[in-house]
Amino acid sequence: MSLEEARRKKHDKMKRRFFYRSVVLAILVGALLFALISNFNRDKEVYRAGDEAPDFELVQINENNELETVRLSDLRGKGVMLNFWATYCPPCEKEMPYMESLYPKYKDDIEIVAVNLDQSELVIHKFINKHDLTFPVVHDKNNDVMDLYKVKPLPSTFFIDPEGIIVEKVEGALTLEKLEEYFQMIQP
Amino acid sequence: MNKLKCECGHFNPEGTILCESCGKPIEENQHLDGNDKSKLLNMRYEGSARRSLTYNRTIVDKIWNFFSSVRNGVILIVIALIASGIGTIFPQAMYIPANAPNRDPSVYYEETYGILGKIYYQLGFHELYSSWWYMILIALIGVSLVICSLDRFIPLYRALKIQKPKRHYSFLSRQRLFSETPDFSPEDKKKVVENLKNMRYKIFEQDGQVLAEKNRFSRWGPYVNHIGLIIILIAALLRMTPFMFIDDYVWVREGERKVIPSTDGQYYIENKKFHLEYYDEDDERYKEAMERMGQLVVKNYQTDVVIYKVKGETIPGQEPELEKVTEDAIRMNEPLKFDGYRLYQSGYQENEFSTMTFGIFAANDEEKSFGEFTVDLMSPEETYELENGFKVEISQYFPDYILQDGEPTTQSKFPKNPAFVFRVYPPDSDEPEVSFIGIGRNIDPTGENKYRLGITDFSTHYASGLTVRKDLTLPIFVVGAAIFMIGVIQGMYWQHRRVWINEKEGTLLLAAHTNKNWFGIKRDIEKALEGTEINMVVDQEEEDLEKVEQTATQE
Repeated sequence: MSLEEARRKKHDKMKRRFFYRSVVLAILVGALLFALISNFNRDKEVYRAGDEAPDFELVQINENNELETVRLSDLRGKGVMLNFWATYCPPCEKEMPYMESLYPKYKDDIEIVAVNLDQSELVIHKFINKHDLTFPVVHDKNNDVMDLYKVKPLPSTFFIDPEGIIVEKVEGALTLEKLEEYFQMIQP
Repeated sequence: MNKLKCECGHFNPEGTILCESCGKPIEENQHLDGNDKSKLLNMRYEGSARRSLTYNRTIVDKIWNFFSSVRNGVILIVIALIASGIGTIFPQAMYIPANAPNRDPSVYYEETYGILGKIYYQLGFHELYSSWWYMILIALIGVSLVICSLDRFIPLYRALKIQKPKRHYSFLSRQRLFSETPDFSPEDKKKVVENLKNMRYKIFEQDGQVLAEKNRFSRWGPYVNHIGLIIILIAALLRMTPFMFIDDYVWVREGERKVIPSTDGQYYIENKKFHLEYYDEDDERYKEAMERMGQLVVKNYQTDVVIYKVKGETIPGQEPELEKVTEDAIRMNEPLKFDGYRLYQSGYQENEFSTMTFGIFAANDEEKSFGEFTVDLMSPEETYELENGFKVEISQYFPDYILQDGEPTTQSKFPKNPAFVFRVYPPDSDEPEVSFIGIGRNIDPTGENKYRLGITDFSTHYASGLTVRKDLTLPIFVVGAAIFMIGVIQGMYWQHRRVWINEKEGTLLLAAHTNKNWFGIKRDIEKALEGTEINMVVDQEEEDLEKVEQTATQE
């Protein structure tokens, strides 16, 4: 075995060792990243600003509005305010008049979809009549849509642009000024 | 050069401590196992080259070497141990009691445990077992486990495969068990080898040099054990994916049908009925036990359910077309299994009303009734018309009534404490009488009502709490645990024993090594030497110890 040959052999061996150690380390680091990412994803809210708003369809129950059902994907081209509320939630009740006051002005550009989470329709009707609401109110009786959007506190509001992308998610009640600001953001 | 040539002619990898072939200590590496300071050889990993101790050139090698060190592995384990211990001092966030005044972790820990609680929260110990640094720590232990095993198993396997029956004198004489017999008869040697063979030693012979070996597989025990551990870690990793593991909870009221959470909206459950059965009070067999308890004892918690699967594509909110999967009863410890999911009976609530029946009475005469009507509390009607012409209108409905800031309101949507404001229209009258009625409340706001409403009957329903679970990782855990156990047994109950019988210049050299149970191997050798003139091996470690003791007593 000449010196030259021995050197080359050693060089090959080092390269091989480097390769196999790198592969083993890469696999282990990959597994670690997988664990961290899946754990991180587990408790984060699923839909945030920038995500596409998932589609749903619910029966519209406000007698002051002519829609029979609301399907989110049918509202493409219009900005959508998706508001989750319940009659027994005082801050929800507070922001309803603001929504109603802006609705006639923005009606052609923006649809308000108020997703109600109550049990009985009767209390919703009473509430609608009390506040003279004219925008669509849909009844999410089984909390399907609430689960879909992973809504925790009430009220929660998603502002969705005409392309169906969530622009902003707001937890808690809105003021009239804030509301109008968001409306201008999602106007086509 | 990269290879170390031994005088026996074998080329050893860099870092070798004892020649793989003949066992001769390689001079420049003796410090690695501390052989330079002791009479006996350290036989750990057969003195093979743990590469990690020698190659240290690229960044990959440096990382590799860090994890290859058992010392570093032990440090990681100790850190994880301490952290896990601290995590048990106060309850984890998910176990904050439901009735705590404030369940927000940022408030709860400080309020309940003072400054220590605050520190505990701020350092993230309240969610320790899913915190990123804890998970990294566990993963690093896993990495250390893999690399340590690889770095030791491969050279050890090599060394045991390459070993030759002929060993160097300095190897043999520095074994713990060793003896020399200057004048021996070849018949005696033959007899010893024969005896060892009968004790189920494997005999390797080369040019009159003999190696008798037994139970080499026991050396693989720790590595098999580590493979088991790695499989368990992989199973724990897979448990984080919803595809492999789901743990959720659902409340279903009697008569209700709803989607099962964490099933992507694919399955629905209907609660037909919930049963709560008690042990018979009058039964002699239970009497004593029940007296001791001082209360009724529940015999059975059971939910009769129907499971449906969604047919075709639907989008959330749409009423889906359902196909019945199964109909069965779920009892405690008897979960319902379907399509990889399991439903466990885990709780119940009985404080919800389903219907309430009201009677209309004359205000001044309790006995005089004008009829009754029943309200479905889940979905009440707007008006109720009685046959005798009375009409009752629901003005307001509070499913879970509470008086807040002087205003009547509801706390939730569930009929736990229903209250109503009714408008009662007597026959042929457009002038309603208003009354407020709830449980324990019956208010006539004007004080001039001619008719009084009263609750005459009600029915309640149970809500059943079911745990939804899917766990495909369990078999992987079982396999991992089984392999772990096999490794433990393999390394524990067998010992790797080797006896070298070499000849050098007419002298018989007898040396032996085992990884544990030195008494056992001594007995084997004693038995093998029976009836021969060959000298019994001397335990050189005990000899050393005796010397040390002697000098100690002399002083």
